[in-house]
This record gives sequence, C-alpha cells and structure tokens, in this order.
Amino acid sequence: MKAINRKLLRDLWQLKSQVVTVALVVASALSGFVGSFATYYSLVAARESFYESARFGDAFSDIKRAPRETERRILEIPGISDAETTVVFDVTLDVPGVAEPIVGRMIGLDEVRPPRLNQLVIRRGRMPERGQVAEVVVSEGFATTRHLGPGQTITALINGRKETLSIVGVGLSPDYIYASRGGAFPDDRSFGVFWIGRERLAAAYNMEGAFNHVAVRLAPGASERGVIDAMDRLLEPYGGAGAYGRDEQLSHRILGKEIDQWKVTGTLIPTIFLAVASFLLNVVLNRQVATQREQIAALKALGYGNGALAAHYLLQVALIVFIGTLIGIAVGAWFGEGVTGLYARFFHFPSYTFVMPLWIVLTATAVTLFAAVAGALDAVSKAVSLAPAEAMRPPFPGTYRRTLMERLGLGHLLTPAMRMTIRTMERRPWRALLTTFGIASAMAIIVCGMFWRDALDYMVGVQFEAAQRADADIVLVDALGPRVESEVARMPGVMLAEGFRDVPARLVAGHHFYRTAILGLPADGELRRLLDDALNRIPIPSDGILLTDRLADRLGVRVGDSVLVETLVGERHKRLLLVVGTVRDLIGLFAYMDLDALNRVMGEGKMLSAVSVRLDASQRDALFQQLKTFPRVAVAASKIAMLANFRETSARNVLFFTSILTAFAAVIAIGVVYNNARIALQERSWELASLRVLGFTRGEVSTFLLGELALELLAAIPVGCVLGYLLSWAIVRMSHHDLIAIPIIVAPRTYAFAALAIVVAGAASALIVRRRIDRLDLVGVLKTRE
Amino acid sequence: MNKPAVFVARGLCKTYRMGEVEVRALRDLDLEIFEGEFVVLLGPSGSGKSTLLNILGGLDVPSSGVASWRDHDLAVADEATLTRYRRDHVGFVFQFYNLIPSLTVRENVALVTDIAPNPMNTDEAINLVGLMPRANHFPSQLSGGEQQRVAIARAIAKRPDVLLCDEPTGALDYPTGKVVLEVIAKINGELGTTAIVITHNAAIAGMADRVLHLADGRIMRVDTVARKLTPAELSW
Repeated sequence: MKAINRKLLRDLWQLKSQVVTVALVVASALSGFVGSFATYYSLVAARESFYESARFGDAFSDIKRAPRETERRILEIPGISDAETTVVFDVTLDVPGVAEPIVGRMIGLDEVRPPRLNQLVIRRGRMPERGQVAEVVVSEGFATTRHLGPGQTITALINGRKETLSIVGVGLSPDYIYASRGGAFPDDRSFGVFWIGRERLAAAYNMEGAFNHVAVRLAPGASERGVIDAMDRLLEPYGGAGAYGRDEQLSHRILGKEIDQWKVTGTLIPTIFLAVASFLLNVVLNRQVATQREQIAALKALGYGNGALAAHYLLQVALIVFIGTLIGIAVGAWFGEGVTGLYARFFHFPSYTFVMPLWIVLTATAVTLFAAVAGALDAVSKAVSLAPAEAMRPPFPGTYRRTLMERLGLGHLLTPAMRMTIRTMERRPWRALLTTFGIASAMAIIVCGMFWRDALDYMVGVQFEAAQRADADIVLVDALGPRVESEVARMPGVMLAEGFRDVPARLVAGHHFYRTAILGLPADGELRRLLDDALNRIPIPSDGILLTDRLADRLGVRVGDSVLVETLVGERHKRLLLVVGTVRDLIGLFAYMDLDALNRVMGEGKMLSAVSVRLDASQRDALFQQLKTFPRVAVAASKIAMLANFRETSARNVLFFTSILTAFAAVIAIGVVYNNARIALQERSWELASLRVLGFTRGEVSTFLLGELALELLAAIPVGCVLGYLLSWAIVRMSHHDLIAIPIIVAPRTYAFAALAIVVAGAASALIVRRRIDRLDLVGVLKTRE
Repeated sequence: MNKPAVFVARGLCKTYRMGEVEVRALRDLDLEIFEGEFVVLLGPSGSGKSTLLNILGGLDVPSSGVASWRDHDLAVADEATLTRYRRDHVGFVFQFYNLIPSLTVRENVALVTDIAPNPMNTDEAINLVGLMPRANHFPSQLSGGEQQRVAIARAIAKRPDVLLCDEPTGALDYPTGKVVLEVIAKINGELGTTAIVITHNAAIAGMADRVLHLADGRIMRVDTVARKLTPAELSW
C-alpha cells in the first residue's frame, strides 16, 4: 500500500468515533431509502403476483339483478377477455361473545365451476363441498381478529332467516385484501367476508339464475373507459350501479395508497439525513484540513500535486460513505424485510419475496456519495488551495470581534465564558446556524413520526364526535317509509332515532366524475352534522347539494356551479343540481342533500335507507341482540366498535413509525452534537488548556466549550418545532391520500417529547466530550504550535 | 566558481498579508547559486530567509522579479509546474520536521519514493541518516534529532538536485544538531547536491562555501569561505 494511503487509513482511525457517528447518519439515510423503496417494490410485486395468480378483475359493476344470460353479452363487449358473475349480499352476523352485530359479506361461490376471476385462495381448511349448503370459507383477516377457523360455526341473518354456518376454510381473494365496508380504513374486527355456495345464497335472496356483481378482465390494449361505458349501457336496465375500474375498487385503492406511502417516506426522510450527513462531513473534513495544514504543506513540498491531495481527502469521505453504505444496506435490508413481512401479513398476501433491486442500492449509493462529496468539496478545495509556504507559518490568530450585545453596550451583562461562546459563534455564523438546523431536523423527524397520533386523534374527535354523533347506524336492506324511524325509536336503549337516506350516485362536472353516495339528512337532525373549516355547523338548504370540500376540488366545482347527479340505485335519475356549499369532512368524499330534496330527486315520498341512533350505553347489548334478529336490517354499525378498530390499527402503525423515526433522529442528534463538540474541542484545546493552566476549573472550562452547544441546542428547539410542522405538512401533501384529509395537527405533548429526546441526545453527547475535557493533557497541548 | 549558476534571482520582491498587516518580506533581491554549492543564509527573524527559500523551492512565487532554477522559471510557473519541479528536483528539510505523525519512519520516506521519478531505495535513504533500527517507529516515538534525520532522509530519498533546509537544527540540542549537519554535509559532499541552509546560528556558516547575510528583505553581504570546516570542527 502506498504511504499516503496508509496515512489516510490511520487518520480515519484517529477520528474513529467521528467516522462512526457520521457513517451512522449516512447509514440512516441509506437504510431509509433502500429499505423504503425495497419495501415498496416488494409489496408491489407481492400484490401483482397475487393479482395475477388469482386473476383479479380489471373492472367491476354492482347490479340490482341481472339474468345470467347477460354474462354472455358482457363477454361480447369488445375489450373484455373474461367475465365472472356472482351474487354478493351483506348480512348481519352473530359471533359468539361479541355484543354488537357484525357485517358479513356473503359472496356466492360457483359449486360446479371454480371462479375464473377474483379466485379464492384457501389458506387453511378446504373449499365448501358441493351440496353442503351451510359450509363457508371465511376471510383470513376476520378469522384472525375474531379467532375463527375450520370447525367453528357462526350465526347469520340471511335475508331475515337465521342460519348457522359452519366454517370449513380460511381464505383470501384479491378483491378483499383490504377488507372494509366502505371506509378508508381496514375493518377486520367488524367486517368479515365469507364465501358460500352460490346456489344457496341466490336462493335465499330469490336470485336464482341471476347475479348482482360482475368482474371483468380487459384484453391487452383495451380501453378501460370504453369497456366501463359499454358495461354501463348493457347493465343499466338491470339496475347497474355504474361500473368502475381498479382505481375505484376499494381494496385496491387503499392498498395502493398504503404501498405508495413508502415512496414518500423513502424520499423525504433520507433527504434530511443526507443533508445532515453532508453538513457533518463538511465540518469534520474542514477540521481535518485545518489540523493538517502543516502536513498538507509538507506533502506539497514533497511534490504531491493538487489532484493527489484532493483525491486523498475525497477518498476519506468516500471511505466514510462506504462504511455508512455497508451498514445502511444491511440495516435497510433488515428493516425493509421486516416491514415487508409486517405488511404482507397485515394484508394477508398468500406469498411474498423481499426484493432489493440492485438499481435501488446503486442509486442510493450514488446519491449518497454525491451529497457527501458536495459537503466535502469546500474543505478539499481549502486543502488544495493552501499555499505551502503559507502553511508553514502558524495560522494567524482568527479575527474576532466584539459581539453585537457588546457593541450595543450590554457587554457588562456577559460573563467571560458567555463572551467567548458568543464571539466564537459570531465568528462562524454558518456553522452555528447549520448545527442548529441539524439538531432541529432531528427534532423535526421525531415530530413527524409522532404527529400522526395527534392528527388521528383530531380526526376522530371531529369526525366521530362533532360530525357523526350517532352511537350506531342501522342500515336497512331496502329503503323503507318513515315508520321505521319510530319503530327503531321504540327499541331498547334508543334515546334518539333519526332516519336518513343513502343513495349511490355518480357526480359529473365537465370531464370530471366521481362515484360516491349522496346522504339525505333531516334538516334539523342532531346525529349527523355538517361542519365548515372552523367546525361550525352548516345548515342544510332545502334545495341543492353540498359536497365535501375535497370532492368539490376533485370535480373542479365551486359554490354556485352545478353538478350532474346520476343516481345508481333503482330507477336511474339524472338531475343537474346547484352546489350550495362545501363541507369539511376529514374522512371520505361525500355529497349531502336535504332528505326531502333527495327523495324528490328519487321521485319518491319520504323514504329512509338507514336510521342513526343515540344509545343508552347500559342497554347497548340488548339493542344489538334484538337487531341481530331484525330481518330488514342489513347491518348495524356501532361507533364504539369502529373506533376501537380504528385506534388499534392506527396505534400499531404510529408506534412503529415513532420508534423507528425516533431512533433515526437520535442518530442525527448525536451525530451533530457529538461531532461539533469534538471539533470545538480540537480547535480550542490549546485555548482550553491555557485556561486550565491559568487556574480555571474543569467545570468552568467545560462551560466555555459546551456553552456554545447548549445555545445551539436551545435555539434548535423552536426551529425544530417549525421544521417538524413543515415536514409533517410535506409528507401529508406528498401522500395524496384522497379518501382522508389528514389534518396537520401537532399537539404540545409531541413537541415536548421531541424536544426532550433532542436534549437527552445532546446531553449524552456533551457528557462524552466533557470526559475528554477532563483528560486534557495540559503540558502536551501547550507544547504544540497551534 | 567555475560551475554554472543553477539558481538565479533578479529584482525579487515578495509582499504578503498576515491578518491585517502587510509584510514586505523581500525587497529587490539579486542572487546566484552554483551547482553543488553549500550556501548558508544568515539573518535575524523577519529578514526574508524563509521567504527566499520558499520561492527557490517552488513553494511560493514572488510578487515581482525573476527567479529561475536552470531553465525552470520559478516566478511565473503555475501550480502544476511548481509541483512537478518540487517532486523532481527539490528536497526540503524544515525546522519543525513536518513529518506525517500517522506514518512510520519508513512510510514517511516512502511518501517520496512512491512519487519521485528516480528515487533511492527507501531503506538506503534511512541508512544514510543512520536510522535503520528506528525504521518502524512513529514520529512520536523519536527524539527531535531523530525526527529531523527522518525529514532529511525523506528529502534526499528522491535524489534531489537541491536540498533546502530551513533552520534544520533550530529545534535541536548541540550534539543532535551536529549529527544533522553532518548528514547534510555528507549529502552535499558525496552526492553533489546543491544545499541551501537557513540558520540563525552564525557558527554553522563555517561549513558553507558561501554565506549570504540577509536583513530587511535584502542580501546585505556575501562571505566566501576560504576553508570549509567539517561539522565536527564547528562549535557554538
């Protein structure tokens, strides 16, 4: 090995603790990038492989009732390569030991011919046997949360008749990876999917020889839009509710958002780490060059050229990056594999392989190297431009000035320690500023890891306490007259009952359209309130339509514009309605109308499709018990159960993110504080030793050095709060989660925790450096020239 | 002197800034140094000795005037040319040795043999300064005199045409200083390397061919030594 390269290795060994801390920041950036993107690609691959092997449909439609012969005509639509029809009904389940009714989605399974599309994958047990009418397969998510499996039975209210079903298998299908009845969150606690003999299910609902759901596969190159329009034309006479592509298929859509999230995480957070790593390398290398002035001069005198010197210092940076890269790739692979496994189990993918494409690793390494070199460039150019003759002379004492405070005549307020601290910071304002920013960005990372909890708490508060005030929604099989409201009101524990109507509809404005539900609400209702930005109640006008603000944006309409409403149940109606207001919904995209106005659009009298109730908590179980036997009730959704599910899911995700990001942030905080303290110590050891010789105590000398860091740490806290807020905002903005509007709410406790974590990391680093101050070799330091 | 002049300087001026102070280190200096000559530069601090040596060694360029080594113009050469000049022709010895602390004796010498076009064997250079037993020691394990001998070994390992020494004994005690001077004299005598030595110590002048007395950035006087002394004969 060449002598100069030996020097390089030994120099790095000298700096090992700094090399390690910087390499760890580099490793964090890299592992975040590599891990997140590998997770993203692994999950996409797992999803696509499941979709392909189970032949997931490309477009879908729900119909009121279409004869099975229609299937042949669907297959004749140009662009459709295959089609699969079935019957699907939601039923009320009675699961032993669970008070509230649970919604079960019954999907008919052809007993003669296995389905060609949306195939069921059996995970445990077996398929229902032909002729065994009461056998079902249950979805894996629901089976897991409710501890169900082959050999157990459940009771279901199928079209008003109570039936006992025996579970023979646990399975998965690509259209219910994310099982939810319509919300933006998975609902494995109170929503289960079941596969049951088609003939049997059809018979229960008088659907023999008919279907109410169809999935189709598109031929290569076919236009999805064209196929959907053709399906709509064909199915409209049978009560078609409007066909839709995968983009609007609930499971696919939420799954896509979840998976896409990893691209955002993998881009934003590592960028911060890279910026910090770049800054740290800048500081460390600048110090290295300053310390080695005379060595650089000697090397130049010996005939080493600028290129060789630049290469020498850049190679140091490259080696640090290399160490960081190795750790980063290992940690990224570990982290990515862990997360992929976690998600794959959470989504119940039948199989997954963790893949880390080479290009991800190469890109990450190249970007990291680029950032590192960018950070080092300034120090390298200093080394290169150092005139050897000048380097032979001791560096001229730095130019210090009186601080701003002193110039303002307030100098007498400062102790000598404070004066030294502030003058040093004023002399290197950029370093002080960047250090503050580095620490602040660590804090920001913690804030953005924890803010989800605050945002979700706020969402729950607004959506489920201020807006949806009902304790349960009782959804009817078919719309009924107003008498149902008073019937429900008389049930046990019901303190208030309010009927509303829920009509699936397609809203069209110009070339924008969106499928959603129009909720017809009673004008003076108590249990469902529409709120504006300031959470004030919006009155419901007797005419016109109100839209969720994000839906209005999506459709490109404003108050005063009109939207074309096409209802998708029963007889289709098309009406042009005036947008009379927007509503601040945080979850979902809905349209609202006055109940009577909606019924007028439907050409019907007062009809209700659901009843919201306020309950006496003590009689909750009694009501649910009764509802489980009520034949015209499709489902009864309990808010408590839904909230419990929501909190459970979100708490798990938030805890996971918070832990990982806090660990990452600690790496940054320690990296920044420790390196700065070490460098300050190197730069000022002569000064500090002189002070010790003059009779200052170790404690006093430490305050000279650590005072600067304490000030920077203190300044970083407010900056970290602001950066944390901005980072959270950026993540939310980049996520484009269209079903939910995540509010940027950061609670004081989050800021407090983040600040505390930073102070602890800072204090720990300072203590390590403090030990070095205690061991300062007074004689040795004074003998050196600098 | 019948030998040709290798260094020629005419009207050499150098001004530089140190913080907020402007220092005029050389003022209109003229000089000729001949091949194989042993020249001592004498003068008080701030007389311009180091500045002159740095310019002759290609470490610095003059503010104005002419300086050349053989056919190399040192006054207007660019950084790359000067680097090449130092690498190929010049050996430096500094008062504070300027060894690389993270490299052993052998590795410090190898720094030069790695890049010079026609170097000695590394161990041969170490042998010349009598440090073979210490070849694997780090600078911090050596005495000041030993460190300076390493610096000399490092300077001569490339077989330089000129050896430039800035206060080579300045940081050394009397006997150690003598050992170092003997090494320099040996290089000059046996290899014919032109040597220019800066010193505060007038006694060292006795071993030179010529002594240039500098003061205030100019050469005030040139003494030609009639009988060169060996370092052993010197005393101070």
